[in-house]
Amino acid sequence: MSESLIEESILSRPTYGTLKIVPGLAHYFLADASGAECVIRVVQELPRDMMEKVHILYVPTPGEAALITSLYALGAKRFEHFPTIDEAVAKLGEWLSDAKMGSQLYLAGTEGLVGQGVAKGEACGLDHTAVQCEHRGSLARRVQCVHCKTMIEDVTTQPVKCPSCDLLLLVRDHYSRRLAAFQGVCINAEDPSEEIEIKEVFK
Amino acid sequence: MTIQFKDESFRGDFTYANSPSNIPRFPFPFPGDEYMYSTNIEPHHAARAGSPFENAFDVDEHYVAEMKDRALVLADDPGRCQALPHMETAGWDFLELVMVSKARDYPDLFKLTMDGDRWHWINKPLQIDDTFTFGDSSTLPCHPMEYIGRQVQGDHAILDQRDGNLWMDAGIITAQADWSLDFDIGMNFFEWHAPVPLAHELGVFQRALKFLLTLPQGQPSRRLNWTLTVNPRLDTSPENYPKWGPDRMTVTPENIGEKVHLRVELQTFWRLPRSNAILFPIRTYLMAMNEVVTQPKWGRRLHRVMRDLRPELVDYKGLSRYHPILVEWLSQFDDGAPTSPGIFPD
Repeated sequence: MSESLIEESILSRPTYGTLKIVPGLAHYFLADASGAECVIRVVQELPRDMMEKVHILYVPTPGEAALITSLYALGAKRFEHFPTIDEAVAKLGEWLSDAKMGSQLYLAGTEGLVGQGVAKGEACGLDHTAVQCEHRGSLARRVQCVHCKTMIEDVTTQPVKCPSCDLLLLVRDHYSRRLAAFQGVCINAEDPSEEIEIKEVFK
Repeated sequence: MTIQFKDESFRGDFTYANSPSNIPRFPFPFPGDEYMYSTNIEPHHAARAGSPFENAFDVDEHYVAEMKDRALVLADDPGRCQALPHMETAGWDFLELVMVSKARDYPDLFKLTMDGDRWHWINKPLQIDDTFTFGDSSTLPCHPMEYIGRQVQGDHAILDQRDGNLWMDAGIITAQADWSLDFDIGMNFFEWHAPVPLAHELGVFQRALKFLLTLPQGQPSRRLNWTLTVNPRLDTSPENYPKWGPDRMTVTPENIGEKVHLRVELQTFWRLPRSNAILFPIRTYLMAMNEVVTQPKWGRRLHRVMRDLRPELVDYKGLSRYHPILVEWLSQFDDGAPTSPGIFPD
């Protein structure tokens, strides 16, 4: 069972499972701090000679070092960490561009990281059956402002103010896998004078 | 029959209106006095001379003005026309279907001459006279979907078929009822319909998908969908919601007859021959309440449908602010008499 607390009512949203090693020529991992223990859980059960096939990318929370040490200690062929999801996903793209048929991709952590990893895997030609996702950590959403197309990371409130066009956005229960984002649409467009309380709802 | 194309606007001063002779041919969407979702698909056979179902791609008095409005939207937001890389063949299929159909159905307006893959296309209303090589996009000014999409009324989505599903992988969408191609492109059938309330639970989409996956070539289908729009505005996209949302605040009992428009989508479904994709035209017809009620059957029925509309649908269709005054206004056209079955006026 996944430990994700995501409600299952949103039809366009992916469902997440639990990482499990499947046979493959190479195993690529991408995780953030909330997903690190998923990577450790499955990789440490692999026989030593499999580690030649394991490649790990990691996005730590600022200032955190213990998980970096634990992940490094797994002894993967490649282990790199980056301060932002964008940089880690770009590196994943570089790695996957040299990947062979039969490679497997494992994503673990918050929805923004998992979604961007899925989109990158798809863009690099990985079949969706070769990608596994485990959701952990915050329920913060990545949101695209439908008006100015700005991507807003780690949205925990409903509504949320677009930092670019200043419109107050309703985060719709509508998710694009290609964009790895929920849709944000102006909540008070009909009557811009309407006052709307901003509540913390995606924790 | 020669069509007099109107010079009119769908924004700003909103000069759009239907000529008296155009009103009875409106595709009124309610075959009975109540409305609930259904998979109301029927064969897209030629039906009733003069109706919007007579020809494959209906051309009416609004054609030229609608194409001008599309050009304005695309100039402002090129993201309204997008195709994933594997959709070029489907774009050519779409172009062929429209050109062949229009040249056949409206020979006084459109002419297509084919000499092998060398095609000569004349579109008189839009003053287009082009020669190109079919299948060679370098001989057109743009993607074939965009080229023909700028010459045919209605939005057009092209759905790729694979893995037992349909994928919204291309489209030219400038007159939409509040959905974003830029957001939905690449989604499958269930994903892009995710925000629609009630219908998933009723199994509507499962049945519709099953039907569409086996849609045969040469046997197109159609259905009608509807909403209401304040002012005759074609571009009610989520992108531009801050522009059209405030219109909903302007409805009063005095202006409701001219402000509120019944917005009907004639949706058709066509299997395309080379790509095996499905062309999904969404043709929008707009008619002011004042125009609708000139047909007594429609006035009576619209009152009953609006009065009894489920609250979820009132909300989803964005009618909440003016629904009560609309029902009150429509009641004056309902004398309680029975209405005849079917959508056509008496």
